Amino acid sequence: MALTREQLAQRVSQEFQDGYYVNLGIGIPTLAANYIPNDMQVVLQSENGLLGMGPFPLEEEIDADLINAGKQTVTMVEGAAIFSSAESFGMIRGGHVDLTVLGAFEVDCQGNIASWMIPGKLIKGMGGAMDLVAGADNIIVTMTHASKSGQSKLLSECTLPLTGKGCIRRVLTDLALMDIEDGKFILRERAPGVSVDEIINLTNGELVVPDHVPEMTF
Amino acid sequence: MSGFDKVVTSYEEALAGLEDDMTIIAGGFGLCGIPENLIKEIKRKGTKGLTIASNNAGVDGFGLGILLEDKQIKKMIASYVGENALFEAQMMSGELEVELTPQGTLAEKMRAGGAGIPAFYTATGYGTPVGEGKEMREFDGRHYILEEALSGDFSIAKAWKADRHGNLMFRKTARNFNPMAITAGKISVVEVEEIVEVGQLDPDEIHLPGIYVNRLIKGTFEKTIEQRTVRTA
Repeated sequence: MALTREQLAQRVSQEFQDGYYVNLGIGIPTLAANYIPNDMQVVLQSENGLLGMGPFPLEEEIDADLINAGKQTVTMVEGAAIFSSAESFGMIRGGHVDLTVLGAFEVDCQGNIASWMIPGKLIKGMGGAMDLVAGADNIIVTMTHASKSGQSKLLSECTLPLTGKGCIRRVLTDLALMDIEDGKFILRERAPGVSVDEIINLTNGELVVPDHVPEMTF
Repeated sequence: MSGFDKVVTSYEEALAGLEDDMTIIAGGFGLCGIPENLIKEIKRKGTKGLTIASNNAGVDGFGLGILLEDKQIKKMIASYVGENALFEAQMMSGELEVELTPQGTLAEKMRAGGAGIPAFYTATGYGTPVGEGKEMREFDGRHYILEEALSGDFSIAKAWKADRHGNLMFRKTARNFNPMAITAGKISVVEVEEIVEVGQLDPDEIHLPGIYVNRLIKGTFEKTIEQRTVRTA
């Protein structure tokens, strides 16, 4: 079975390590914050200028001056810090954030990512995505493996305008966890009940399948 | 206004000298920390042909969105422009020129503009449409593109608290682009929630020194929330 949104978020959270500063993109990546293990400390960075982002506020705590990068009202945890957008992207570009998780339309086996623009459709902008993929060393892209019509989103070459070039090394889809090395996808884990053949069929870029591909555990 | 006293008492005075076809650098992220009353004054003034650099373009009926109603903006430099139907319509019809700029690059362009740095290299946007036509250079095996600084005839921004000399403190994530935007304008205009006498702010707690501020005005703010998200106890 393909992973649900919650399972994707749960699998992302397994990449967290104690002491990590993490930037979570809008959507499924944000959900991963719900699965931070209790015995682990992770600080969430929001690129509009906040380290130590907390959960959504209670009704009476709502503060128009405190939002996340998705423009949602949030709270701050104890030990939080506020800074300007220039400082925020300084820490992102400078490689100080330990893990970045974001979504995409397409990823290819050269590590290219396309996530912001579909020609002919309305273009809303890249926001901070180009800075995040260029600045971070440790990035996980979360996405569905194929489009609703069954077209692979894991390509030999991205067809859409890029967000970043050669910067992605790990992709988590609803079917598989893959690394990207030397111009190839390497299958590391598969979703419970999903066969290797199914993943091969839905992966357009070159795929290396090791002898043993374990199922994800939650 | 006299000496270092930056306080003005009317919005008309705050934006005196703003003319058609000028460039404005604006602070704010989404609707958080935007200079909402200065924007309203630009609408009242009816200044046209403006180029505005701001991370976002407001929403229909609030923030920079209201300047689209009378087509006052000629060009928008921003990182994300969703959530605004009028903006989309004017962009699609070609009436409004849009230069999409990565968020961190936009912040750094403003910072550079205020700090006397004409351009800088960044890896952001290399190999993407943003990098097309820009100078490229390799440092230590990585590719970078040259991005030019941004400065404006005016900057408009919002802070929380100020003393009469324009020393500023911001509040929570309403800081965002405001400090850099203020430094990047030839005439910088800041609206705040509270103005105190000189000496009442702790020098160690000032986020942006008054040297960057030309005009200061106390306003009252609606602080519209774009995405009201809550949890239940």
